[in-house]
Amino acid sequence: MARMKFLCDADRCIECNACVTACKNEHEVPWGINRRRVVTLDDGLPGERSVSMACMHCTDAPCASVCPVSCFYTTDDAVVLHNKDTCIGCGYCSYACPFGAPQYPQTANFGTRGKMDKCTYCSGGPEPDMTQAEYVKYGSNRLAEGKLPLCAEMCSTKALLAGDGDIIAEIYRERVVTRGYGSGAWGWRTAYGETLTV
Amino acid sequence: MAHQLTRFFAVLALSLGLVLTGMTAQAQVNPTASSVTEDSMFEALGTSDTVSGRVSIPNKTAGTLIKPDNKDWAAFQRGALPLIFVVALGGMLVLLAAFYLIKGRVRVEHGMSGRTIERFSAVERFAHWTLSSTFIILALSGLNLVIGRSVILPLVGEAAYGTLTAWGKLAHNFLAWPFMVALVLIVVFWVAHNIPNKLDLVWIKQGGGLFKKGMHPPAKKFNAGQKVIFWCVVGGGVALSFTGYMMLFPVQAGTPSDWQLYQTIHGLVAAGLTAIIIAHIYIGSVGMEGAFDAMASGQVDENWAREHHSLWVEEVKGRTDAPAAGRTHPAE
Repeated sequence: MARMKFLCDADRCIECNACVTACKNEHEVPWGINRRRVVTLDDGLPGERSVSMACMHCTDAPCASVCPVSCFYTTDDAVVLHNKDTCIGCGYCSYACPFGAPQYPQTANFGTRGKMDKCTYCSGGPEPDMTQAEYVKYGSNRLAEGKLPLCAEMCSTKALLAGDGDIIAEIYRERVVTRGYGSGAWGWRTAYGETLTV
Repeated sequence: MAHQLTRFFAVLALSLGLVLTGMTAQAQVNPTASSVTEDSMFEALGTSDTVSGRVSIPNKTAGTLIKPDNKDWAAFQRGALPLIFVVALGGMLVLLAAFYLIKGRVRVEHGMSGRTIERFSAVERFAHWTLSSTFIILALSGLNLVIGRSVILPLVGEAAYGTLTAWGKLAHNFLAWPFMVALVLIVVFWVAHNIPNKLDLVWIKQGGGLFKKGMHPPAKKFNAGQKVIFWCVVGGGVALSFTGYMMLFPVQAGTPSDWQLYQTIHGLVAAGLTAIIIAHIYIGSVGMEGAFDAMASGQVDENWAREHHSLWVEEVKGRTDAPAAGRTHPAE
């Protein structure tokens, strides 16, 4: 099985935020929640770069390790998913996540966050694939349809890559060698314990 | 001809110069030289290793891109914290069991007199039982968050455990408020009786009379041991209330780093206070004859009171005996 990863080539990202919009539309993500976001670093300075970030589907995911009800699970594709029926909305995964991925639909309500929501790598949840029940809770299941996450698929500059970690790493390496520079695979060291060397 | 040759070389030199300048210009805009990299950003940050930038979405906290430190908290949460709880609570249980087996129940040395004195009024007992009943539920539902996943989850399965813990969380969030009210009440009722004084040193020096038969150090309404419990409950209760309140309102409390700090303090204080309360429950029930009456009916046996709170008995007796002295029938 593949080891699915995201890789944002920051030297190509133009901060168009289309990945953010595509994600929200594809999964009908609730108001106030952004499963994906684009962060601009060194804004307005020489060397400014933008990075599109979502759940990185970490190896030994910290969210899964702190969840008091153990509602996280890792799929055969190494995608980190969670069960919203078990989730109690305690917020611990959002304390633990290095990427700010877990979010909650009600943050202002008296101590009761809703069920946690985060990027599913377009692969739904524990319900049977491509069912209405799954769609309502987690959004569409593109992986079950044989497609990759929409954010990466529709990226206009092909900055955001999704797919098997080895394959997208190779694509990125070729790009770096060809153009002669690269700002690195953002978040890989934190998420997978290894950085991408060119 | 020579003139033309000179011009040719001049043009050649010029174009060569242009090409060279062009190359330098190109080098100046080459993004390689100035592009930010993750490594350089982490290096520049030094001790605070958070990579942050600007986002165009309304949620500005999303501007934090990577914060690897969060994994340290995660490791503590699943590694050290459950261990601390098991050692603190299990250790206290073992200690108390050993004490019970070796020393047995603390008896009233002179036997029950049959006469009673009011030790705690109804309103004092109400405050105590509100505090203690909410504390027990808070402690159990909190403990469930720390070790339930390893203990209860394998027994009942994910769905049942999720439902149980969801109710536990609701109970934890809402019972925190009566707990805080009761905490304020016990402070109002008992703080005056819990100011440390010289008597407490004597009490502590004699080990509360616990280790020597027939030794009963003098004490007023509360002895030094009870004062320790009181201040632990007040200090721990305030710490738990404050940190818990911050966790109930995470948006107002700050960033994930703040939440981690509050949660860590909350967990550690809870482990310590729960261990202390287990000892308190022991000595107030099976550990000491006659002690439970104080909080049950509020009436304690006079002999029990004389042994454990001799000065308090004199105070109470002095108050009730003063008018009685003038009466024809003596009180006893």
